[in-house]
Amino acid sequence: MAEHLLEVRNLSVEFHTAAGVVHAVKSISYHLDKGEKLAILGESGSGKSVSSSAIMNLIDMPPGRISGGEILLDGRDLLTMPAEERREVNGRRVAMIFQDPLSHLNPVYSVGWQIAEAMTTHGLAGSKAREEGLRLLRRVGIPEPERAMRKYPHEFSGGQRQRVMIAMALALRPDLLIADEPTTALDVTVQAEVLKLLKELQRETGMAVLIITHDLGVVAEIADRVVVMEKGTLVEAGTVREIYKNPQHPYTRKLIAAAPGKGVMHEPGARAEPLLSVRDVRKTYGSFEALKGISFDLMPGETMAVVGESGSGKSTLARALLRLDEPDSGTALWKGRDLFALSPSELYKLRRDLQMVFQDPTQSLNPRMTVFQLISEAWVIHPDILPKARWRERVAELLAQVGLSAEHMSRYPHQFSGGQRQRIAIARALALEPQLIICDEAVSALDVSVQAQVIELLDKLRREMGIAFIFIAHDLPVVRDFADHVMVMQQGEIVELGTIREVFETPRQAYTRALLAASLSPDPDAKAGCPEPPAADAEILIPKRSH
Amino acid sequence: MLRFIRQRALASLISLIGLIVMVFFLSRMTGDPAALFLPVEASAEMKDQFRELHGLNDPILVQFARYVGDVATGDLGQSLRKARPALDVVLEAFTWTLWLAIITMTLVTGAAIVVGSLGAFRSGGFFDRFSSMISLVGASVPDFWLAIVAIVIFSINFAILPTSGTGSVLHWILPIAVLFVRPFGIIVQVVRGAMVGALSSAYVKTARAKGVKSGPIIFIHALRNAMLPVITVVGDQAASLLNGAVVVETIFGFPGVGKLMIDSILQRDFNVVLAAILVTAIAIFLMNVLIDLAYALLDPRIRH
Repeated sequence: MAEHLLEVRNLSVEFHTAAGVVHAVKSISYHLDKGEKLAILGESGSGKSVSSSAIMNLIDMPPGRISGGEILLDGRDLLTMPAEERREVNGRRVAMIFQDPLSHLNPVYSVGWQIAEAMTTHGLAGSKAREEGLRLLRRVGIPEPERAMRKYPHEFSGGQRQRVMIAMALALRPDLLIADEPTTALDVTVQAEVLKLLKELQRETGMAVLIITHDLGVVAEIADRVVVMEKGTLVEAGTVREIYKNPQHPYTRKLIAAAPGKGVMHEPGARAEPLLSVRDVRKTYGSFEALKGISFDLMPGETMAVVGESGSGKSTLARALLRLDEPDSGTALWKGRDLFALSPSELYKLRRDLQMVFQDPTQSLNPRMTVFQLISEAWVIHPDILPKARWRERVAELLAQVGLSAEHMSRYPHQFSGGQRQRIAIARALALEPQLIICDEAVSALDVSVQAQVIELLDKLRREMGIAFIFIAHDLPVVRDFADHVMVMQQGEIVELGTIREVFETPRQAYTRALLAASLSPDPDAKAGCPEPPAADAEILIPKRSH
Repeated sequence: MLRFIRQRALASLISLIGLIVMVFFLSRMTGDPAALFLPVEASAEMKDQFRELHGLNDPILVQFARYVGDVATGDLGQSLRKARPALDVVLEAFTWTLWLAIITMTLVTGAAIVVGSLGAFRSGGFFDRFSSMISLVGASVPDFWLAIVAIVIFSINFAILPTSGTGSVLHWILPIAVLFVRPFGIIVQVVRGAMVGALSSAYVKTARAKGVKSGPIIFIHALRNAMLPVITVVGDQAASLLNGAVVVETIFGFPGVGKLMIDSILQRDFNVVLAAILVTAIAIFLMNVLIDLAYALLDPRIRH
């Protein structure tokens, strides 16, 4: 049998917690050859990150324990290797980049120092390492690399930080790069650029790439083969095309079906008297113009999607409409009355009509309150809505409406999954029977299949209760099946505003087209925005390592 | 960086002015200075004379202006008991206290960082549990008791160290050892807590993925990040030593500012008390500026 670069055989990992033993990875096997690009696809809790942490020896033991199996690198088992030899593997043979580059870079050391350390720790001289670091920064496309060497992680943008991480990982020309959700925290256009860079570097160096992701689009973009994980087991493996065109396992089928952007687009009806009419809203922070004159109308029961990348002003807009942040100028007529001119007591009455669902339900739900307390709190604040005797009954109704049950009432938020928590947050918003719910990235933190369920729920609420939505997202496909109108924002301005069909089928602005192009398609035959990198004759800035 | 220092120094200066105002008015609010300065049996005539002499009959704002002028020129009045300028008396004592504090806190910080970091690295292990227990005992034990027990054991039973006073290096050992215990106990726990957090951080994971050895991971990657809360507590503990470790200085007959203050209060040497308050306050303000500087040196995010 030919030897693989990496072979994981019957790997099992468990965690010993107060609640008992959690089997995070249950006897999985896969392999990776030289220069191959393998994706591990799975949702949160599938064990995909744990299995890669085991390769890098990054599992904290205790509470973790590798209860069985082998991880062979060039035929040698990493799990039984002497500690010093094992340490030498990291960075030299196998390197890793992570999801959130800001927290994964040490905040108190300069970027140049951190890149150089990757080399000096394996015996390279300091001056040589810095020279090499400079070249790497130039190669990954950091502007002004000499100055960048002396800068600290917080002085870079998210995309640049990930480029720095990549430079650091590639410093010693590893044979295998493990990328754990490398683009998940990035804007779509930045994601496309980083993936393009990864692909280029893979071609130049011929390294193998193991990419861990929840995103079918990323898989289609970068991988040759894919293994699908669910609840710690490996459910399916094959080439990307096989898996996408002909998924065998029900879970894989579900994942592929849940990918957004394939349903029927809404056709909004005629527009009459607007529920909310926003005119020329402006907001500046110091010298930074966050909103440069935003105007739009929202009809009752309609959904307006607000799409833009970070810094586009979409969250500022939401906060201004709810007067969590006072806008500098402009009007927002709510049924004929200007929201921005309301006195505090009038605003208090109006709050019940306008509710918000936030991105991260872990943070927006008080961990020390039960679900009953969380939902009924709205009636404590607005006591005239519902007599106390009916609270339990109504909470049960609301829970049923969002797909939970009455017995969940006495539990605490940590006892629920991410998707369930967001349902609780939605139930809480519904408690006051609002006419408009503003969802700020309400599904961005959720797994694809859960995302689809939550969007379905919101759509149902709109149909049955006539609630209008302002739905903020950073990604276009997510809003395609749900919104009536889309507003694309960039740097505090509306660059495009139209019905969902207009924006998706005939985008007028270059920025909208760039956003649409950067959205990754899960279909491997429909490779999105990043063209294939030039082949072998391109300039090679990183020379091959000589063995 | 220079702007940062200027800003912090300015902020401290404002609090210092506030303190001078407070010291002046509080000293006037605690009663008639003539009654405080003069012996109880002084006649009304003597009090009048005293007031006239020290300008205590002038309007309070005039007195305040004069006081500020005096402070600015370094004139804090005469010590009534020692017939020397109060400032000289205080500065002499303060030098002793300052050295005591510097030596003690240097030893404490160094030891606490090593013990706390190693405990955090193998958290839950034998060394961690042992050092946690020791530090808890250290943080809770009363220093006057420890001082007396130390004298009994080392000075009386074994007779290897002097009981009190100054004169040789040996005289420093017991005061420093006794003052060491409590801040050590507290700071070990702060270091350990901060290090447990830093060692489980994402950037430490990155360092491990790079193949960095355990030593640099603890003492380069994690420690510098963990130092911020530690510095705050070190400053806090140092401030209480600078204020004069009253009990310990008194027990060991150490001529520091704490002992001076107690003695001066008992002897109603009011100018010395006021001068001591001012000097220690200025020292603590200067130390806070140093701590802000240390923050900025350690964390570039504060610098920018």
